[in-house]
Amino acid sequence: MSWIAGVGLTPFGRLPGRTTLDLMSEAASLALADAELERREVEGVLCGYSTTLPHIMLATVFAEHFGVQPRYCHAVQVGGATGFAMAMVAHALVESGVVRNVLVVAGENRLSGQTRDEAVRSLAQVGHPEYEVPFGPTIPAYYGLVASRYMHEYGVRQEDLAELAVLMRRHAGDTPGAQLTEAVTVEEVMASRPIAAPLKFLDCCPVSDGGAAFVVTRERPGDDGVRIRGCGQAHTHQHVSEAPSLVRFGAAEAVARASEASGMAVSDARYAAVYDSFTITLAILLEEIGLAPRGGAGALARDGHFGRGGAMPLNTHGGLLSYGHCGVGGAIAHLAEAQIQMMGRAGPRQVRGVPAALLHGDGGVLSSHVSLFLERAR
Amino acid sequence: MTAIAFQRCGGCGATWYFARGFCPRCGSAEPERREATGRGTVHAVTVVSRAPTEALRRHAPYTLLLVDMAEGFRLMAHGEPGLAIRDAVRAEFHEFDGATLPRFRRAE
Repeated sequence: MSWIAGVGLTPFGRLPGRTTLDLMSEAASLALADAELERREVEGVLCGYSTTLPHIMLATVFAEHFGVQPRYCHAVQVGGATGFAMAMVAHALVESGVVRNVLVVAGENRLSGQTRDEAVRSLAQVGHPEYEVPFGPTIPAYYGLVASRYMHEYGVRQEDLAELAVLMRRHAGDTPGAQLTEAVTVEEVMASRPIAAPLKFLDCCPVSDGGAAFVVTRERPGDDGVRIRGCGQAHTHQHVSEAPSLVRFGAAEAVARASEASGMAVSDARYAAVYDSFTITLAILLEEIGLAPRGGAGALARDGHFGRGGAMPLNTHGGLLSYGHCGVGGAIAHLAEAQIQMMGRAGPRQVRGVPAALLHGDGGVLSSHVSLFLERAR
Repeated sequence: MTAIAFQRCGGCGATWYFARGFCPRCGSAEPERREATGRGTVHAVTVVSRAPTEALRRHAPYTLLLVDMAEGFRLMAHGEPGLAIRDAVRAEFHEFDGATLPRFRRAE
């Protein structure tokens, strides 16, 4: 058993003058305060990576800077899936008794710490240096390739994808700290400038500065709490050229493994936190996981199914597409929002009771998948 | 360099594109290096409008493909404008940012 005892989330957006370590520290302080844990009590530290602070030992760099001396500490790298992968590691560490708690922390000045070209170029390096990168791809281009095939197979229209951008923007509209809060329409998404066909500017998440953290404990944090019931992963490829399929990426296998580990089914979930680096990412994951029929995610979004008052509220903070994407912290914001909603402390954003939630993240080009089932226990 | 090279395992028959010194399926050493005919079918297509670097901006927009080659492997390459999924294509080579790279045209 493990509990998400506290979460911490900074605003995402342009936060000039803040470094990776500043943002990690700010998020970590918020999460520890939320968990009512003192620094000296921290036993484990996990962190991801930062493109603006490349380091072979980022976790101990952070621990020293923050002022903790953990008995277990290292970094984890699975691209966008890193946040949820760290939750899985933390869950295993406290369940097996290695440590009583783990501080999971991420932060990066991805927007203001480098030029936009540097950000685009460094991220494109997830491609193969010899067989892909020379062709001048970008992350949106890898996903544009995926989108073309997926849309071809299932008859998805660009307008369907646009519905997901509209939804995430609506959710961000009244979320404190969200980067993009101005409502957009399907027409505006369709008219936004081309990036990598069929993906347009508003199909893509922004680049952000920000930090996010959470604390996983072995002890139940209070009378009620949110616990991690079970986790699963799947890794089918790294490079889009080598993906066994452009319609089945391993998301379903990761969820099946999380189901087996937790004894919970997708149908138990009343809230969904799903990685949304691009509208096509969100559509594919929702559909492969089974939260929408194949080709049907956009229609469900249009009908309010994924809204705060819908049957399956989704990324109610606005997701990567609108709360923002600072790297590893991006998915941790999804987890933080899920915990906040499950604990009934989302204020004006609050959805009706959430006894269980399904979280799913991907890294690379739908390469690495991590799924988590969370449950509120009273 | 005007042919697309791929590898084939003499042991298990696997065919793949990213060169390495062993078969990624069965692990047997010394795979054979072969040259493709250049014929294939478009599996996926995008048009890069936002190039990643200043040097590539003058090429944008450029068409990027995943092509299923007749020999049974898939690769990323450039394509002529207007190509669509399922189009039959054949490879040529062109200069792009200092490299000689495969670029596909619609097959006759």
